[in-house]
Amino acid sequence: MRMTAAQAMAECLQREAVPVVFGLPGAAICPFYDALSQTEIRHILVRQEQNAAHAASGYARISGRPGVCIATSGPGALNLITGIATAYMDSIPLVVITGQVVSDLLGRDVFQEADITGSCEPFVKHSYLVKRAEDIPRIFKEAFHIASTGRNGPVLIDVPMDVQKAELDFAYPEKAEIRSYKPSSQGHPGQIKRVLAALKEAERPLICAGGGVFSAKAEEELRVFSERSGIPVVTTMMGISSIPPQYPRNLGMIGMHGAPSANRAMNAADLLLLIGARVGDRAIMSPMGLSQSATIIHIDIDPAEIGKNMGTDIPLVGDARQILLQLLEKLDSPPVPDWTAEYRPASPVQPVPVKEGCVCAKAVMASLFRQAEEDAVLAADVGQNQIWSARGYRLARGRFLTSGGMGTMGYSIPAAYGAKLAAPERQVIAVCGDGSFQMQMMELATLCANRIPVKMLVMNNGRLGMVRELQDLHYGGRQAGVLLDGNPDFAKLAEAYGIRARTLSNASEIDRCVQELLESDVPFLLECRIDPAEPTL
Amino acid sequence: MKQTISILVENHAGVLSRISGLFARRGFNIDSLAVGITDDPTVSRVTIVVNGDDYMVEQVEKQLNKLIDVIKLRRLPAGDTVSRELMLVKVACSPKTRSEIMDIVRVMDARVSDISCETLTIEHSDTADRLEILCELLKPYQVLEIVRTGTIALEKGGSVIRV
Repeated sequence: MRMTAAQAMAECLQREAVPVVFGLPGAAICPFYDALSQTEIRHILVRQEQNAAHAASGYARISGRPGVCIATSGPGALNLITGIATAYMDSIPLVVITGQVVSDLLGRDVFQEADITGSCEPFVKHSYLVKRAEDIPRIFKEAFHIASTGRNGPVLIDVPMDVQKAELDFAYPEKAEIRSYKPSSQGHPGQIKRVLAALKEAERPLICAGGGVFSAKAEEELRVFSERSGIPVVTTMMGISSIPPQYPRNLGMIGMHGAPSANRAMNAADLLLLIGARVGDRAIMSPMGLSQSATIIHIDIDPAEIGKNMGTDIPLVGDARQILLQLLEKLDSPPVPDWTAEYRPASPVQPVPVKEGCVCAKAVMASLFRQAEEDAVLAADVGQNQIWSARGYRLARGRFLTSGGMGTMGYSIPAAYGAKLAAPERQVIAVCGDGSFQMQMMELATLCANRIPVKMLVMNNGRLGMVRELQDLHYGGRQAGVLLDGNPDFAKLAEAYGIRARTLSNASEIDRCVQELLESDVPFLLECRIDPAEPTL
Repeated sequence: MKQTISILVENHAGVLSRISGLFARRGFNIDSLAVGITDDPTVSRVTIVVNGDDYMVEQVEKQLNKLIDVIKLRRLPAGDTVSRELMLVKVACSPKTRSEIMDIVRVMDARVSDISCETLTIEHSDTADRLEILCELLKPYQVLEIVRTGTIALEKGGSVIRV
């Protein structure tokens, strides 16, 4: 079928069954936008391109399919970079489409020209600068394949405007054939045997589950494997909600801000089974010590992560789900006796006294998790609000989203509405601080325009709270650049957009306000006045 | 320790910048990098000499393997490879020093590829170590310019890397 490359790009998205895309147009991407408008694909107009990437990330994490975001050349594409890098660090599949200046002018520094494939090189799994219209079907097929197989990640397709306008005979390939890219998903049978033999020897084995469990859709297999083998589980922050908090062998989150009991359990283990966890420095702070005290088994789809940050005794490359199924098939030893009695998580996070006119963030989170639907999605931002969300997390079948690797402020609201579009039937809640809220508050308009009922909690302590705490602890309490003077009245701001809002400043109203937030079927913002002195932990 | 990695990559624009960018941002030390087309015009072969311990070289290999454009990669066994580098050296000479320099050229199995009244341009293809010796011997004379290609290498015997 004869069509323009722009029409072909839109057709490719339809062939990939993409229902929704996130973006903001400009001159260099107009041919594609014109073609896109003639399709059934829903376009969500963001208010700044970075949020398009975050929204696509939220969409991808809940739908399990690559999220698609679009920007124009130059500044539009450059604004995407933080979002692309955020997705790259957390292995989230994105297909990023950018317009580019016409091919003949490439390299002449014309208006809105930026070398986006070059700029994004460290943050993408792969990128294409399209030279010929007839390559569009193959490149799109490959991009979706690369983004969503092996270790997931963002793939960038940069399309010059003249290429978008050129014509081609459209035929969509059945399969992506890339001779240099054949990710393996099955675990090596010999290594599987070695793992099972090591498990038999271990007295205090422990699973550490990371974000890779979601990428592999291995949540069910993880729980079954833990049940049948008797091996308890700790999670990284990226692994929260990969196994229910109520599951008796779940010892909670490890790491710098993790549960002390979970960290102690990890130090006490004589065998550590890392599943889709890349031993990030915030999760495992002293990998050297750990690899001396325990047998390390590292299961990861990316061979480059094995042995990168921690010495490994048994490397096992493959898809977490496949490998757990292989292990379950061969597992013949009885469940290991419970060794975790002294490493049980302490009772849920306790509220602390706060000053008059404020509520305790930990109490708000407790109320939220008590009242939210058990399969709700919670998108936490970065900073104190993230740790309060992570440590309080109690949703039995829910999902926890956050920018774990990059720690990008401004992630929660776009990620939340991306998630909501992927699962309209689920409650979706964004938790952010007053600092991170102001990095994304333009997206209130996106919520309004598209009537996406995201529930927002703004933990307002008038500070970049986590940095303030860092300065208190390590810089003699000299507060440099952390006071958020000039904050608006957040409830009024929301109301200016036509978004319902409440301000919560009294402990006796926590449950009622949270209930109102959760019951709202339209976007709702709950501003919580938080005591600036309330600590992270 | 110096180790040689041989890589088959897709022969298209941007591949080399992906490889060199990887070395820069991951802090890998690179001694030399040489690239050229193979008998298959869609494939280029890159030879990289890295200087590092086993951990680093393993990281280099794994990170390179993640690049979609990398088709195949192998660390060449030290001592079991034919490795060569081409060097051109322009040396200043006078009628008095010319024959001395020519002696060195002969002893080293190098050759003179250009000659003028004031200069000699010496061409030499050998292992990187032997090129160093030649440089050392030419030092007493006035070396005006040096250009080197970086090492290329193939494993000895029947072992091959092909697509």
